[in-house]
Amino acid sequence: MRFVQKTSYDQDIRFFEHRGQVFWYGLLALAVLIAPLFIERFYLGELSLVFIYAIAGIGLMLLVGYTGLVSLGHAAFLAIGAYSQAWLMNQGVPFPLTLPLSGFITAAVGALVGIPALRMTGIYLAVATLAFAIIVEQVIIHWPAVTGGFTGMVVPRARIELINLDLQQPIAFYYLCLAILVGCLLIAMNLLRSPTGRAFRAIRDSEISAQSLGIHLSSTKTLAFALSAGFTGVAGSLFAHKLGYLAPDSFTIQTSILLLLMVVVGGVGSLHGIIYGALFIGFLPQMLAVARDLLPVGIAQMPGLEPALFGLILILVLIYEPLGIYGRWLKIRSYFEQFPLYRRATHKRQKSYLRTERLR
Amino acid sequence: MEVLQLLVSGVSQGCVYGLIALGFVLIYKATEMVNFAQGEIMMLGAFVAFTFANLLGWPFWMAVIMTLLVMAAFGALTERLILRPMIGEPPFSVLMLTIGMGYVLRAGAGAIWGNEPRTLTTPYSGGIVDLGGVIIGYENIVIIVGTAVLCLVLFLFFRYSRVGIAMQATSQNQLAAYYMGIPVKRIYSLVWALSAGIAATAGILVAPVALVDPLMGFIGIKAFAAAIVGGFGSLPGAILGGIIIGVVEQFAALYLPPGFSETSAYVILLVMLLVRPEGLFATMLQKKV
Repeated sequence: MRFVQKTSYDQDIRFFEHRGQVFWYGLLALAVLIAPLFIERFYLGELSLVFIYAIAGIGLMLLVGYTGLVSLGHAAFLAIGAYSQAWLMNQGVPFPLTLPLSGFITAAVGALVGIPALRMTGIYLAVATLAFAIIVEQVIIHWPAVTGGFTGMVVPRARIELINLDLQQPIAFYYLCLAILVGCLLIAMNLLRSPTGRAFRAIRDSEISAQSLGIHLSSTKTLAFALSAGFTGVAGSLFAHKLGYLAPDSFTIQTSILLLLMVVVGGVGSLHGIIYGALFIGFLPQMLAVARDLLPVGIAQMPGLEPALFGLILILVLIYEPLGIYGRWLKIRSYFEQFPLYRRATHKRQKSYLRTERLR
Repeated sequence: MEVLQLLVSGVSQGCVYGLIALGFVLIYKATEMVNFAQGEIMMLGAFVAFTFANLLGWPFWMAVIMTLLVMAAFGALTERLILRPMIGEPPFSVLMLTIGMGYVLRAGAGAIWGNEPRTLTTPYSGGIVDLGGVIIGYENIVIIVGTAVLCLVLFLFFRYSRVGIAMQATSQNQLAAYYMGIPVKRIYSLVWALSAGIAATAGILVAPVALVDPLMGFIGIKAFAAAIVGGFGSLPGAILGGIIIGVVEQFAALYLPPGFSETSAYVILLVMLLVRPEGLFATMLQKKV
């Protein structure tokens, strides 16, 4: 097991704890950079989708994993990002501008939703966001002038005219998504080690103690909501280009639940978890397709097998591994690090009692 | 006349929302868990009733009783096997767990009964009453009367029976209830059984007027809105919230442009949360340190 001896306070806020991390992350960076040379076109597209999910996941993780606010309506922010991207492109705004713009638009909407949402906690907030998502879905359907209504709208190709670069080529799109994901991850990492990020976590752990430490609850929560919406909006605009054609049925409650599934399966409260979760939901359809071939015909042809497995995975993860894939990985790693001396009790969940939210 | 007609159909639809909301509220009050699968449990109840009454051809009253028993057992079993290990986990995990349960139940119902819509035929199907121009189907009367009777029974149960009083005590203060010798865990199972039974009743009542299919559980989301409008944690509030949403929905469908009928429940919910977040009948108080 590696013990890092800390000799200065700066070490606490460094990006990398020790040299080993620099090496492994460098290797990972190299691998994703040269991946297009070796990977088939199809999987390259899937990988871009994974990156897009991961960007949306950063947004949702900031809210759910770090601020402790539950949103059941993040598909709405994805939709707002996607539609504002497509609308702006149709108005002739060049691509490099539309991407941040649609992020800002979504963040602004997120802040607007956030302001009333702050008076609520827990379940009220979850249901309010769900209601918001359903209303957004209906607005998209009944506002054909902007959104194309039921029939949907075509998303113009992403190009940078100045250097005549077509970003919609699979390889170019892969690098675009990768670059934006890395950028968003850096922003999120920096945010989380800044006072604001620490305020988020303080609110998650106890609102009352956060308040008594001088954290302004409502402005911090609004900020969390806006940032979360902003990240998801950027993901949405990339998603629009990935889809090529926007229709209301891409942004339903199911999508919101899929995003939450990603956060839960990956591991709540860690940025690593987002990547694992995005890989998981990105490649789940392929895994299911393979699994279908292995299963007996009667079960494999059953309609609605996919949602059932989604639900089952969600239940099993929540009961047996609440910290998700990342939590499991930490356990496996510490098993090997302390090899013959591993004790199960190290990772035993602390028995806790119901924390009541009520006075009476 | 038109207004009255809308009012009646709104109230009967609202009663169904109210009954599902009642299930949410019961579970929330007693266990502080939020059961997002309540709509799916209602769907399951409707399917079980359909199996007993139409597929097996049992007499209707027997089918109803058997459905209630089966669903109550299902509720208690769910609590014991799935929710009990989650005691002490954050509310978010429990919420996600019940969402997952909803998925599994929906797919399971689709696998067993198929995805095509069915109709539950009952002895009272198809009859109508003409009250001076206002035409009411027997099914709607049964929904309204059934809800009223169920509310009365529940009121008496919570007021006079030992188990009901134990449930109230548990929902007020678990620790104190435990000290008084109330078996809190068994009460949890009973609460789940009761709320699954209420959901099944809602399913049986709504099945003759709506189609029975795996997706019918989605009205659970509207019931959720009803529970919040009524003040999460108040039993009469849940029914009243349901009726408000049912009535507004009917009027919105007729007088407002398309799209408003589907969203009216959620608009009411958001307005309510802005204006009076504690709901019509406030029972929740601020947490103390």
